[in-house]
Amino acid sequence: MSKSNPIIHMGKVKKTFENGTLAVQGMTLDILKGQFISFLGPSGCGKSTVLKMIAGLLRPTSGQILINGKKPNEISSDQNIGYVFQDATLMPWATVEDNVFLPLRLKGITKYQASGDIEKALQKVGLKDFYKSYPRELSGGMKMRVSIARALIMKPKLLLMDEPFAALDEMTRFRLNDDVLSFWENADLTVIFVTHSVFESVYLSNRVIVMAPRPGRVIADISLKDSYPRSEEYRTTSAYTENCRLVSGHLKNSMVKE
Amino acid sequence: MHKKEEEADNIDKQELWERRLKWIMPFMAITFAILIWEFLVRYYEVPHYLIPAPSKISATLWTDGPSLLKAMLFTIKLTFFSLLLAIIGGVLLGMLFALSRTIEMSLFPFAVILQVTPIIAIAPLILIYVNSTFAALLICAWIVAFFPILSNTAIGLRSADHNLRDLFSLYRATPWQRLRFLMLPSALPYFMAALKIAGGLSLIGAVVAEFVAGTAGQNTGLASRILESSFRFEIPRMFAALFLVSILGVSIFLITSLLSHIVLGHWHESEIKREK
Repeated sequence: MSKSNPIIHMGKVKKTFENGTLAVQGMTLDILKGQFISFLGPSGCGKSTVLKMIAGLLRPTSGQILINGKKPNEISSDQNIGYVFQDATLMPWATVEDNVFLPLRLKGITKYQASGDIEKALQKVGLKDFYKSYPRELSGGMKMRVSIARALIMKPKLLLMDEPFAALDEMTRFRLNDDVLSFWENADLTVIFVTHSVFESVYLSNRVIVMAPRPGRVIADISLKDSYPRSEEYRTTSAYTENCRLVSGHLKNSMVKE
Repeated sequence: MHKKEEEADNIDKQELWERRLKWIMPFMAITFAILIWEFLVRYYEVPHYLIPAPSKISATLWTDGPSLLKAMLFTIKLTFFSLLLAIIGGVLLGMLFALSRTIEMSLFPFAVILQVTPIIAIAPLILIYVNSTFAALLICAWIVAFFPILSNTAIGLRSADHNLRDLFSLYRATPWQRLRFLMLPSALPYFMAALKIAGGLSLIGAVVAEFVAGTAGQNTGLASRILESSFRFEIPRMFAALFLVSILGVSIFLITSLLSHIVLGHWHESEIKREK
């Protein structure tokens, strides 16, 4: 698995909203293929805005973003991007199966053709037996699993996750962290993970971008060398604690400067 | 284990009883009201040309049955077609509004003017301009019923979750896919709420329009029977016709409620029974 080519290039990216808020100020960053990168920062530091710009859902006011050398809205629909929102964002009127099927349906694939993929995706997140359930019948963690299955069914090369586990209890969050890590390790996948939790960012990523608010900007770019696979034991190692202290220090600095 | 089964059994029984109660209570209350009415009329010897007793009304229903049922059929036809046209017009225009703010801004005032002007005031004009009485009545009933459908459909289509909308953009959904798989299902609860209102309104529209038209003769509805009866002081017949109008209204309410339950029951909060 090649994990060294840049998949995303951001050059002097700036985003000003219509109300005049400077959400992101001159951000330059290269994200390498196969990285698990976390954007970490307090609310209002523009981390979700950056994610939306990478996905092509928001347009930068100036500067450029390139994914594999192309602008986000120019990349073909086959080179798809998986996106997981803060809440599960499922269609309440559709069953688990139909929710996971959505990206394929929008590509014009019939349910019959997709049935194998749907089953595999649900099996991956451990919800095979719930394919006929409606979202309201599921717990918060299960809904999030459906959302992840939906993002993975297209076998994306790039997975964007916007504080996906912020609303979940700690046990569920830990379990889903491990799941996401295992998906990333077993596929040719680059993950960009937005979070405001130092511990989560250190546990998951091999690179943490610390951001500061008003205006949103990068204040530290930290590489974490600890090897994968990481498991629950990693949370109790001194290396983990040390990394958390390091990242926390940068985060605190950003608050002091504010 | 045995105890648990017993508990589950008790809960089932309680639920069954509650479900029955939902029908028994209104039925008993109405029966009680009718009995009191019958008693008061008889006790005070109120003449039937003032307030007829329920027994007198039901006797009239029996004797005048054929002519009243024919009129009822006419009113049903008028109500049904006006509601159907209101749904078609309201949904199509609602979609147009949701697609284009410019169209909405231009046309919404007309919809509001139609809605706020009392139908009684517009009906005579419509009756003058339109040759066919049935068509004129249809237009009147349609005007009354169509606004809630238009307004709710437009709001419903716009109410789709913004994250889901982003997701559809991310997967490059075509406008048709967006409408079919996201906007229409999102609008469904709003539409069903509007349908419940519009169902009743189309009946009101049909009755009011006929009153204004003052039509008489064979091919007329329940409103004409009520008018006729009032001219002839046939108060029991008036009550009988009124009773049929109410039955019609209640039926429309029950049908639209049932429809709403069938369409939304498996997913929408408004139709889901909460666990206790």
